[in-house]
Amino acid sequence: MSLLAKFQEMMVGLRAGRVTLPYPDQPAPAPAGFRGRPVFDAARCIGCAACANNCPAREILVVDVCQEIRILQYLGRRCTYCGRCADLCPEKAITMSREFETATDRIGDIGQRLELFMSTCQRCGRCFREPSALERLQMKGYRFDDLESERWIFRSQSYLPGAAQTQDVPIELD
Amino acid sequence: MFGRSLWVYHANSGGCNGCDIEVLCALTPYYDAERFGIKLVGSPRHADVMLCQGPAMRATAGPLRRAYDAMPAPKLVFAIGSCACGGGVWYDSYPVLGPVEKVVPVDYYIPGCPPRPEAIIYGVAVALGLVDKKTAPVRFKQLELPIPRYHPGDLAGEGELVVYEKADRV
Repeated sequence: MSLLAKFQEMMVGLRAGRVTLPYPDQPAPAPAGFRGRPVFDAARCIGCAACANNCPAREILVVDVCQEIRILQYLGRRCTYCGRCADLCPEKAITMSREFETATDRIGDIGQRLELFMSTCQRCGRCFREPSALERLQMKGYRFDDLESERWIFRSQSYLPGAAQTQDVPIELD
Repeated sequence: MFGRSLWVYHANSGGCNGCDIEVLCALTPYYDAERFGIKLVGSPRHADVMLCQGPAMRATAGPLRRAYDAMPAPKLVFAIGSCACGGGVWYDSYPVLGPVEKVVPVDYYIPGCPPRPEAIIYGVAVALGLVDKKTAPVRFKQLELPIPRYHPGDLAGEGELVVYEKADRV
């Protein structure tokens, strides 16, 4: 009985044939619609930082080193390839490529860094208008201020030690 | 460093099982990892390679370190998935300490959420020296302001008619 079972198993194995894919020797392209590594097109990027504000893993950092240069840094370590940055980009500067062979021995290899010129107003010298209090509240936490340790510095204007409580949000009472 | 087959130990320190399933898929006959000599073993004392999935959590960082210390001396650690490489999307929640390199030294990173089984096999092939790695950091720097720039000193004309004489580029 057991010998017959082994024979049947051998017949099943012979009928299946060889199924192993010859992967590392021959390329195996990912199917269409696969979201791989995002590719940043620097020629199209306008530096609006919508990708950085909406990244769930917060892996796109925006640093303004001076008035006119903005650095967009994609680290990609904990990127989940959700494609939200590519959806939100108004200029379609981010495309999700189908590239998945990103294995590396240095984690810095998967990063991308754009240094962009932000054109300033010739009269006031600023890039954009000053954000309102509500906009500043929404922007808080999505920007990296401390570039060395990749942390945010939470700036609270009203609770700095030794400073007077100025510029507090006015609350209207009935 | 490793003359013979790599025996892998599969350590999940708090992942969502997505990377586990992809690792198991890489061990199935479709992506036959045993043709490279890769064999899954159940104990870190038998293993050469530790496959880490999931971030270093507060509860599992100690056992992960103990499993790493129990492996015999020439040992490799692969960080598989976004959680192991960088901490995952919940990197700032209270039980997550961060990537596994905070606990154990990581030799190879395979990002992806989860990585494809091909990507895992590619990472192992990079470690074995069968293929070269394809990734390199991309840096782009704008050297020239893409739009013309005007200076008030170059204004010419009077009254309503004011023109810029030259537009130099930075």
